[in-house]
Amino acid sequence: MNFLILSLIKAAVVAFVLMTTLAYLQWIERKVIAHIQLRVGPRRVGPHGLLQPLADVIKLLTKEDILPSHVNKVFYFLAPFIAVFFALIAISVIPFGGEVNIGGVKTMMQLTDLNIGVLFILGLSGMGVYGVALAGWASNNKYALIGGLRSSAQMISYELPMAMAIAAPLLMLNTLSFRQLVDAQSGFYFGFIPRWTIFQGPFPQVISFLLFGIAVFAETNRVPFDLPEAENELVAGFHVEYSSMKFAAFFMAEYANMVTVSCVATLLFLGGWQPLFPAEYGSKYIPTLIFLFGAVMCFYHGLNPVRAFDRITLPVAGVVFLGIAGIFLVPMLSTILLPLFWFAAKVGVILFVYMWVRGTLPRFRYDQLMSFAWTFMFPAAVANLFVTALLVALS
Amino acid sequence: MDAILFLIFATLAVACAVNLVLQKHPIASAISLVGVMGSLAVLYLLLGGEFIAMAQLIVYAGAIMVLFVFVIMLLNAGIEQRTGRRLWVTYGGVPMLAVLIGMAAYIVERALPPTEAVRFGTFQHGNAFDIGERLFKVYVLPFEATSILILVAILGAIVLARKEIS
Repeated sequence: MNFLILSLIKAAVVAFVLMTTLAYLQWIERKVIAHIQLRVGPRRVGPHGLLQPLADVIKLLTKEDILPSHVNKVFYFLAPFIAVFFALIAISVIPFGGEVNIGGVKTMMQLTDLNIGVLFILGLSGMGVYGVALAGWASNNKYALIGGLRSSAQMISYELPMAMAIAAPLLMLNTLSFRQLVDAQSGFYFGFIPRWTIFQGPFPQVISFLLFGIAVFAETNRVPFDLPEAENELVAGFHVEYSSMKFAAFFMAEYANMVTVSCVATLLFLGGWQPLFPAEYGSKYIPTLIFLFGAVMCFYHGLNPVRAFDRITLPVAGVVFLGIAGIFLVPMLSTILLPLFWFAAKVGVILFVYMWVRGTLPRFRYDQLMSFAWTFMFPAAVANLFVTALLVALS
Repeated sequence: MDAILFLIFATLAVACAVNLVLQKHPIASAISLVGVMGSLAVLYLLLGGEFIAMAQLIVYAGAIMVLFVFVIMLLNAGIEQRTGRRLWVTYGGVPMLAVLIGMAAYIVERALPPTEAVRFGTFQHGNAFDIGERLFKVYVLPFEATSILILVAILGAIVLARKEIS
């Protein structure tokens, strides 16, 4: 098939899935936080609040777009576009699975395979700072300015340990292309320990995985590093003057960045779409079992409902889960869906940790944040890189 | 396709560079400079220098320019003031600029050996592997010397900038 048409179709599919994920990530986060805090979360719009993201989008679209009189207009309009552009474009180099063959058309489950993909992501994350910094400055508001300044200082500081933490697994895998990174992590030690970077010899990259994890929390301005929007001191930080869709753009950028860094962590450290244990021990039945378990849970709670509404909604969800469990057993589809499942599962676990941390940890103080970056993260990342380099050179 | 992209980003680079000089506000100038750096990165990419392109994006457009913007914001530098210009600057500037560009073009034309026109995509040694091999085998001494020089410069800046502690 024509390369251009194929690329357009793939781009449309990826964009649709990404946008839906971003919208529903918000719903999932609100639910997770709510349950951590012993609340029920959104449940007014649609069953279990499932239509809440749609309602939010409509609300944000139809809200009055206020243009404050004291802003620098050019950069005020430019900032949300910069933020959301550099956040969304990163997905173009992320591979989701191996080669697929749909009706005779062979294609990679990826938009484009750059052989400098890792550097591309690093470059984009560096450019993303401008969105936040310019938003803070152009708003011409002291709270926004302090938020923007904090954010740029924080992102510059944490970019260093992040890049150092990324460099260590790259030394072992010896490539910068995401697809080759995942291929280099395929296979198993002794037939059952996966050769993911966090398990791979000569030096399992557990330390750099943790360092990368901490650094990306700061890079994406998430709790406990959400100093740029510390609401008890800065109102809302850099986006305090933004309303309507421009505000939504910053929100979307934050969630898109979360998805991107979770994908990068999966690809670099957790073996991408490689399964946790070999297929001969039954790893291909894992998705079916998980969805079956979900279906059983739904049926059980549907039969013993806490609320009258659950008697209808939960069995419906259960039937849907049963259907998905069945789809994974179809041999033709399972070759496509299994890598996608493993990839999505790993990304999902990391995203859940994001929400879990938000529900658990309080915010840092600003000087703690900075001294943590420079006196702990950075030396630890350098030491980890040094040990990895030494062991790679010796082996 | 390559030629079209080249034209787009070359024009963008020149436009941003001109804008950098024309803008009165330091932040606008700094952002224009980011545009120049980003366009240059795309031009490197078109020529096949993938690693250089990404280094340009990460180091110059990303790290260095963010620091620029950061410092301008911290200093809260306002719009620059125009002072009255002399008559001969107003009328003589553009012709003299044209003379300078013409002379530079003439010298480049005469002094440099004739080379083939640049072709897109023929250069194959721009990836990380080739650059790393060169850097750590052929140019390791200049590379290390440069890094020590930069370290000395940073220390000098700290010594000059820090407040006297009595």
